[in-house]
Amino acid sequence: MFQEVIHTVKSPYRDDMHILGYRFGRGDKAACIVGPTRGNEIQQLYICSQLIKELSRIEKTGAILNNNEILVIPTLNQFSINIEKRFWAMDKTDINRMFPGDMTGETTERIAADVFEAVKGFSYGIQFISFHTPGEFIPHVRMMETGRQSVSLANLFGLPYVLTKKAHPFDQGTLNYNWQINGTNAFSIYSPETATIDEKSARQAVSAVLRFLTRMGIIKYNCHSGYIASIVEEDALMSIRTDVSGIYRPLKHPGDEVKFGEILAEVVDPIEGEVISQIIAPSDGIIFFSHSKPLVIQNCIVYKLIRRLHE
Amino acid sequence: MIKTVVSVGLPVLETMHIKKNRLMPKSPDHSDKRFCVITGIHGDELEGQYICYELIRRIEENIDLLAGIVDVYPCVNPLGMESISRRVPTFDLDMNRSFPGNLEGDMSEHAAAKIVEDIAGANFCLDLHASNIFLREIPQVRLLKEHQESLMKYAMLLNTDFIWVHSSPTIQPASLYHSLNAIGVPTLAVEMGVGMRITKQFGDQMVEGIFSLMKELGIWKGEVMEPKKPIISTTKERVTLLHAEASGIFLPSVEHWEGIKKGDEVGKIVDSLTGETRQTITAPNDGMVFTLREYPVVYGGSLIARILEGEA
Repeated sequence: MFQEVIHTVKSPYRDDMHILGYRFGRGDKAACIVGPTRGNEIQQLYICSQLIKELSRIEKTGAILNNNEILVIPTLNQFSINIEKRFWAMDKTDINRMFPGDMTGETTERIAADVFEAVKGFSYGIQFISFHTPGEFIPHVRMMETGRQSVSLANLFGLPYVLTKKAHPFDQGTLNYNWQINGTNAFSIYSPETATIDEKSARQAVSAVLRFLTRMGIIKYNCHSGYIASIVEEDALMSIRTDVSGIYRPLKHPGDEVKFGEILAEVVDPIEGEVISQIIAPSDGIIFFSHSKPLVIQNCIVYKLIRRLHE
Repeated sequence: MIKTVVSVGLPVLETMHIKKNRLMPKSPDHSDKRFCVITGIHGDELEGQYICYELIRRIEENIDLLAGIVDVYPCVNPLGMESISRRVPTFDLDMNRSFPGNLEGDMSEHAAAKIVEDIAGANFCLDLHASNIFLREIPQVRLLKEHQESLMKYAMLLNTDFIWVHSSPTIQPASLYHSLNAIGVPTLAVEMGVGMRITKQFGDQMVEGIFSLMKELGIWKGEVMEPKKPIISTTKERVTLLHAEASGIFLPSVEHWEGIKKGDEVGKIVDSLTGETRQTITAPNDGMVFTLREYPVVYGGSLIARILEGEA
């Protein structure tokens, strides 16, 4: 394993922020794994740390196959992680909207430019990331429909779901989009948690990456075969909203199968304690996403359902 | 007449309201034109607050001269304004990336859709922005090249120093400007001053411009002043951006909206621990400094100034 500095942000009074890369193996640029761009993506940071630990062990046993290089960048934004801010601590910009970056531009554009220079040219790009709306997901691989995405490759992670989404104009600054445009097969891995650590799903994410690297002939690693994924289009997910604001009491969680008419959640009056609304399943299906905050505002999406799918 | 455009219930004993003030002529007619002034999409941009106050005050003092309907929306992100938050709190979303919105969407999308629904059919709309807390801007109209032909004559009336035909974030797709122009409401966006502050001088300048525009639209019958002749920059003319190459504390050496000669010092980035100068920033060409760094703490890449090339 070699450690290198990919980009440095110099600071007047804080330590300089070094974005570090960890290289494993030698040879062709096989796979690149990128961790959090946002300061609340602690689960994603934890997954990357566990992956670096595993890859170090795999390298020592000679199980990185010949002529393959793996690069892991565990975080792009410890400045925000350390002070518990979600976006870039100074100007609140989102590094994952700055790709491919600009070396003569603003600070976060310069970060994106140097990182993109380091990560481009790999055959496979894997990013651990959170969704812009806070909540919990079923573990899945997400890909943007750029015309270059490969759903069959995404299936090799062995996670239960692969989700494809249409690229909107605001997606064009993401690493996933720019990787794909630049010829890298890009995958975003979503884990149920973001700001808290969930050991079980972190282990699942680490295994999914190691399984994928094994199947692509990059490492030698024996693991369970995982799932044959169900493929879901984002636009086909059914959004379920709450009609009132109040204290949110979820009764169903991501991965649960629900029946038409079943009570999914309740909204409780925050002062008098009575249930003021029940959220009812409008269809059979499996819950893909759920709101996870204790308060809810009317019209907010509280669930996304994969319709008519059974366990 | 105060009207509520949209209300959204919050979790605990509170409802968020977005309100407007509708100013009507003394003898309303169904053929009256309607002009909308909107501000406060970003909760940290307060320059529009004085403009709304002064515009309403002057119209009401001379209501006989009003010949159409004026709708003033002074604060469309009230939760952001009262929590010093640029974005919509709890959702942490930029409201100016939410338009045209979605009536069935969450709070930010729903509010955006109701605002667009309320403005739809107006004869003209003006979206007032301040700069953010980092940069000081001269009063300037921003518009896209595709609207240059249809909107430039109105932009010229607004009494600003500068018109910038440039695809800036204020007017890109999903902005209010973009969404209203797309549904046939001619809309201009204005930037001025600095975030979290009110620059009365700029506000007075803009109010004069708004009356000139209303006169042209046939909504105001009173006398108006001759608007300033603005500098117009299109993509053909060059705006030079100066970024910090060192981190530290920026100390400007120039005044905002002053001429500068090639080689003149724009400012220094200093180290307040060692007393050293980390970088001296000089002008690469003659021109006018129309954007100047306001927030002193900088990293490499922080925007320091924009210079409009030309005679200093």
